[in-house]
Amino acid sequence: MNDLVEVRPGVYRDSVTLMRVSRALTAMPGVAVAVVAMATELNLGLARDLGFAVPPATPGDLLVAVRADSPAELEDAAAELERQLAARAPASGTRGDAPPRTTRSAARAFEASLALVSVPGEHAFAEALDAVEAGLSVMIFSDNMPVEQEILLKDRARARGVLVMGPDCGTAVVGGAGLGFANVLRPGPVGVVAASGTGAQQVTSLLDLAGVGVSHVLGVGGRDLSAEVGGRSAVQALRALDEDPATELIVLVSKPPAPEVARAVRDLDLATPVVAALLGPGQDDLTTAAEKVLRALGRDVPEWPSWPAPPASAGRRDAAVLRGLYAGGTLCAEAALVAGTGEFTDFGDDAYTRGRAHPMIDPALRLEALRGVASGVVLMDVVLGHGADPDPSSWLAPAIRDAVAGGVDVVVAVVGTDGDPQGLRAQAARLNEAGAAVFTSNAAAARHARLLAGG
Amino acid sequence: MTLSMLYGEPRVITVGAQVLGEALDRQAVPRREVDWRPPLRGASAALARVLADPRRESANATAVGRMLSARPMLTGVRPAREVLGLGAGEFFHAGPPITWERASGPMRGALAGAMLFEGLAATPEEAEDRLASGAGITLDSCHHHRTVGPMAGVVSPSMWMLEVADAEHGGTAYCSLNEGLGKVLRYGAYGPEVIERLRWMGEVLGPVLAAALARCGPLDLRTLIAQALQMGDELHNRNRAATSLLVREIAPAVVEAAPQHAAEVLRFINGNDHFFLNAGMAAAKVSADAARGVPGSSLVVAMARNGTDFGIQVSGLGDRWFTGPAGVPDGLYLGGYGPDDANPDIGDSTITETAGLGGFAMAAAPAIVRFVGGEVSDAVAATTSMYEITMAEHPAYQIPGLGFRGTPAGIDVALVARTGLLPVVNTGIAGRIAGTGQVGAGLVSPPAEAFTAALDALGEA
Repeated sequence: MNDLVEVRPGVYRDSVTLMRVSRALTAMPGVAVAVVAMATELNLGLARDLGFAVPPATPGDLLVAVRADSPAELEDAAAELERQLAARAPASGTRGDAPPRTTRSAARAFEASLALVSVPGEHAFAEALDAVEAGLSVMIFSDNMPVEQEILLKDRARARGVLVMGPDCGTAVVGGAGLGFANVLRPGPVGVVAASGTGAQQVTSLLDLAGVGVSHVLGVGGRDLSAEVGGRSAVQALRALDEDPATELIVLVSKPPAPEVARAVRDLDLATPVVAALLGPGQDDLTTAAEKVLRALGRDVPEWPSWPAPPASAGRRDAAVLRGLYAGGTLCAEAALVAGTGEFTDFGDDAYTRGRAHPMIDPALRLEALRGVASGVVLMDVVLGHGADPDPSSWLAPAIRDAVAGGVDVVVAVVGTDGDPQGLRAQAARLNEAGAAVFTSNAAAARHARLLAGG
Repeated sequence: MTLSMLYGEPRVITVGAQVLGEALDRQAVPRREVDWRPPLRGASAALARVLADPRRESANATAVGRMLSARPMLTGVRPAREVLGLGAGEFFHAGPPITWERASGPMRGALAGAMLFEGLAATPEEAEDRLASGAGITLDSCHHHRTVGPMAGVVSPSMWMLEVADAEHGGTAYCSLNEGLGKVLRYGAYGPEVIERLRWMGEVLGPVLAAALARCGPLDLRTLIAQALQMGDELHNRNRAATSLLVREIAPAVVEAAPQHAAEVLRFINGNDHFFLNAGMAAAKVSADAARGVPGSSLVVAMARNGTDFGIQVSGLGDRWFTGPAGVPDGLYLGGYGPDDANPDIGDSTITETAGLGGFAMAAAPAIVRFVGGEVSDAVAATTSMYEITMAEHPAYQIPGLGFRGTPAGIDVALVARTGLLPVVNTGIAGRIAGTGQVGAGLVSPPAEAFTAALDALGEA
């Protein structure tokens, strides 16, 4: 075996950047596997599982583990690694135009309207506080932020008349700019306040497919409507959209809020009508909620596009196990609710993202799980839009083809719009050609999967 | 509520995953990317506590506001015995408190020289023996007595001190008179010529300057420093312009006050480009002291080295020192000296960096850029990077080459920990062996642990 294992103390790159480096190395001829990642416990474990002799390291160090077929190919990989790391090194300014090192410093030099924070969660508080203290609204994409920090940030933000979107806020659309994982949505009359990123993406993508656009999508973070956080940001966001002349109708997307929070939200006495999409037992699914919005606006409800699986793989008779392999947390919860059976895994959960990229960017863990399924039904989501994988069908389609050939039924919910850079219909068609049944409604996909599983 | 981001063109600061920034680029959304790195090792938990402190923002505004609004005036020149209450056998020294046992060569040399100067010993050997025994000897940090001293910073009762008063807040600070370069007490030299010069400074220079200042009245050091910055000084390793301005201000009064000594006094000052350094240090000290004692403030109010330890003090943490080992400066060496001859970093002159001068104002002094690696762009980069760890820009101290931007002033312990950027310090380099004197000048980095230790303490305060 030709292994290169190295720990570089104090060298930092973000997890997505490192994933791209790993991917570029793995694609080289003769390279069996390449792990270039921050040395978190998860990543060290991953390297150990691959048989690398990993030296002690801390999460602040860069871990390099590459295996090649021959010494020459390992040498090539090492050279490529240096090239990749250099190419992705932060721009260094020695001429007095050095890039800012903190959000505080950036806010002094650049007239911004908001900040987007996606550093590792334990460090996000400092950057977000910088933004708030500079009088900027902030979207905190990072997860793993302690709840007391979230509350403190939201209180300070309210005092300054700015909004904290997050933490763990996956999507937002502000003034036409898609932030985080954001579908390309047409402008329109619907304002969205979302405590759930992928939930908001499902609702707004369906609205877009029905020809209805959005004014703004304001994420508030998955915990905002909990009793602890008390809807601090949701209340602010609802009031702000109520004042926005471009917003004719507001959709609130969330898990069912804590009762006292639900009361506080109800008591807001807004002039703009609010449609609640509160995913939970006994509640509407997200597709039904989107349809309610369309009816409230006096629009027709279309038939949501879907691509049935080729007959060869359809028509299971025996009851089978249903496995949900999801990247979107709310989509996962919705599918589990609708299917009412099966084993569901949310790969976007904190436990899977510490020290590595979100599964909407890094498919590795989900792909491994898919390849591990030998029988039954697999239900997956593919979320398109800015920030997400530029071509998910390129890796997913071959894996689906193998799974289907092995007798597994695959059902995919594709959340996206015709404007998304990946191309909704092209992606759906490729997944469908590989043997998957494809739906634009996650609820419809889950119902179909339940049917296949014989539940 | 009206949320301003909903109206107008979105303009975004991105910090973190590059892919999310690139997604905005593809949408042609204007943005500025932060070059983010993880904080100093082990600082995360304390950072979170310090940043969450509800007092921090206003405490820092108060503290740095006081530092920047100080109006240092050179009001007099007086014997240390008189103004600092120093008695026989009592000495102040640079940096955090230190014992003879832990003192480095130049610190020991300077203390021995001060013993000789005060007549407490007849030979260097005798001086060292007495200092080692500790009998009748008291050592304390200059900073504990409103005083700063360059390099070894040894102050003894018979030395004459520059007295600088803060006309805004009423504080006072002191610094000894500058002896010149080469074999001088502050670099640890104690030969006969060193002691002879100190005698002359006590008998002639001090009294003449005192008389001259009494005639011409207090000198506005804030204005003088602001002018010197525009004339190519950074006020730590280059004081040529400031010294010239000082001479211009006081020369007529010197002539009037002491015609018989005027020529030798003016010749002495003119022969020492660093004469102003000590006045600038006292000005920086009185400004930094105005910012002390603001609860919750993470502002650095002193950085000082004793040749063994590098220590800092923080506004919200009283008079506690947070220390780490003093580093060896990287720089240029005189004559045949080299890095092996260098003592670790020493002196209170880092009070200039503390107040937004010295290394922080490097971009103002292209003439001495070889100390920071050779090119003017390096000096600009040094100053520019210090804006990342400072709370404010000095309203009076400006840098012409940066469009008259104020110098980066007011080091924030939390920003140091977040960025990992350590203060840029310009410094002289003392010889390692007692009695050697100066061997060079250059650049030095403070130990990161002094800042993380202060941050931990702030988190508990």
